[in-house]
Parts: sequence; C-alpha cells; structure tokens
Amino acid sequence: MSEFVDDLHPHADDTAPGDQRLDGSGIAHGVFSYLIGLAMAAGLTVASFYVGGSGIVWMPVVPVALIVLAIAQMGVHIVFFLHITTGPESTNNVLALAFGVLIVFLLMAGSLWIMANLNHNMMLMPRMMEMQR
Amino acid sequence: MTIAAADPNRVGDLGRSDARGRGEGGPAPKRVVVAFGFWIFLLSDIVMFSAFFAAYAVLAGQTAGGPSGSQIFDVRGVAVETGCLLASSFACGLASISAGARSRLWFYVAMAVTFILGAAFVGLEVSEFAGLVERGDGPQRSAFLTAFFTVVGCHGLHVSAGLLWLLTMMAQVFAKGFRPDILRRMLCFSLFWHALDIIWVALFTVVYLLGAGA
Repeated sequence: MSEFVDDLHPHADDTAPGDQRLDGSGIAHGVFSYLIGLAMAAGLTVASFYVGGSGIVWMPVVPVALIVLAIAQMGVHIVFFLHITTGPESTNNVLALAFGVLIVFLLMAGSLWIMANLNHNMMLMPRMMEMQR
Repeated sequence: MTIAAADPNRVGDLGRSDARGRGEGGPAPKRVVVAFGFWIFLLSDIVMFSAFFAAYAVLAGQTAGGPSGSQIFDVRGVAVETGCLLASSFACGLASISAGARSRLWFYVAMAVTFILGAAFVGLEVSEFAGLVERGDGPQRSAFLTAFFTVVGCHGLHVSAGLLWLLTMMAQVFAKGFRPDILRRMLCFSLFWHALDIIWVALFTVVYLLGAGA
C-alpha cells in the first residue's frame, strides 16, 4: 500500500482522483509516471503547433487533426497527471468524468447545431426577398 | 476465480464484508470523499468552460469589421505560454509526490517552480491582453473579441486564483506541516492545477490554433 493513502484507513481500496497507486517502488515510480506524461503531452503539443503552423497536413484536414491531438493530450493529462484510471478502485471517478464529458458534448454540439441552423435560416431571408420581387 | 476477479467493480459485492456504500465497513476514507467532491466541482467548472467555448465557437466569425483571429493571434507567444503551463503542471506533480514523501525541501522547491512558471503564464497573457486593448481591439470591439476575452480571461482568472492558493498551501505546510487535512488540501490543489492545464489544451487548440488557421 502506498504512502499516499490515508494512514487511518490502511485497507481502503478506493482511490481519490489524483492519488497514485504506488506498489512498493515508491517515489521513483511516481516521478517516472509524471515524466512519461510530460514527454507525451509535450510531444502532442509540439505536434499540434506544427500541424497548425506548417502546411504539412492537407488544409481541410487541419481542424480535425488539431481536435484529435487535443483529445489525445487531454487523455494523457487525465491518466498521467490526474491518475484517473480504469481500475476498479477508480470507478466513481470515471463515472463522474463520463457524466461531465456527456454534458460538455451536449452543450457544445447542441449550441453549434442550433446556431448553425439559425444562421442557415437567416441566410435565406435576402434571397427569398429577391425571389418575391 | 477470486471474488475480486469475478466482480472487480464491486457492483454485486458477492458477499464481501468490507464493501462500502451499503452500511458495512463504514464510509470511504475522508481523503477519498474530499477529493471526489472536488473532482465533481472541477467537472462542473469544465462544464461552465464548455459554455464559454460554445459561445466562442458560435461567435468566432462575427468580427463586425474588426480584426479576425488570424490577424491578432501570436502563435509563438501562445506556444511559450503552453510550455510554461505544462512545465508548471509537471512541477506541481512533483510537489504532490514530495508532499506524499513528507519532504519539506523538495515540496518548497517544486511549489516555487510551479509558481514561477504559472506567474510567467499569467504575465504573458496579461501583456497579450494589454497589447490588444491598446490597439483598440478590446472586448468591446466585436462579438468575436468579447467571446475571446471571456473564455481566455476566465481561464487566466482561474490560474491567478490557483497562484494565490499555491502560496497559501506553501504557507500552511510551513506553519502546520504535513497534517492529513493539509495533505487533503494539497491533493485538491494539484487536481485544480492539472485541470487548468487540460482546459488550456482545449483553449490553445480551439481558440488560437483553429482561429489562426481560419
């Protein structure tokens, strides 16, 4: 059991978000995990800026590539920095995260969809006026 | 097959006597309860940010004759800001490891590095904002700039509040040591700081990189 778990409850097997499960190997293992996370996040950041700045990717694909890279980097942050894992001791944290992601998705996709629709309908107005003339 | 393997998520419990949440074995440890509650708060904060993001995405093209994103964004400066915040997040991780190992010296060093990098981030952002306002491209200029200042400024305010919290944590560890309640606060702080970095990933992608390309 790691030193990160509350001493008063040595047989607690839920983990708090942000708590690391360190099995014996201790500090070195913890630092190594953050280093992996840092390296992956830095790599994805550099890739994002490179894809955004240079013309290496076919222009129409750039937004999709950027969004995929961003989602990948958020995943790296969640796993290596926030220590939200798929293990049984982290089920509550994952469920809360899933609910949060659902709401974020509904809010963003819903807003964009509705506003695009409204814009589309507003665009038609001048053309319809011309047709009536 | 062991019980844990048969029902790893303890949905059906399978007769385990130390299962929590059903009146047996007592409530979860306070550290887990506190951090889980704070995790819920962070998720609600992210939901709030997603509303600002949606507003920005809708209004990004509404420049009202003013400058568009590709004309005012300095992607190089944003890259430096991103590097500062990512390194700051890493230093914060090292600080929480130091706190777990009860090492005061390394805790202060890692927290000081976290603070310096976070303050550098805020400083760069403030100078960017000041430059925009000076050129007359303040939040009043267009709907696009209003949305831009709101979403980026809200993140900047979060980081500034986090810097104050960071100093408070250093002072509390200095005055009270690594008591369990202080360690719980430190856990919440590190969650907050890492979550801000996640929001920044969405910010530099959606606002700056996609905006500069458009």
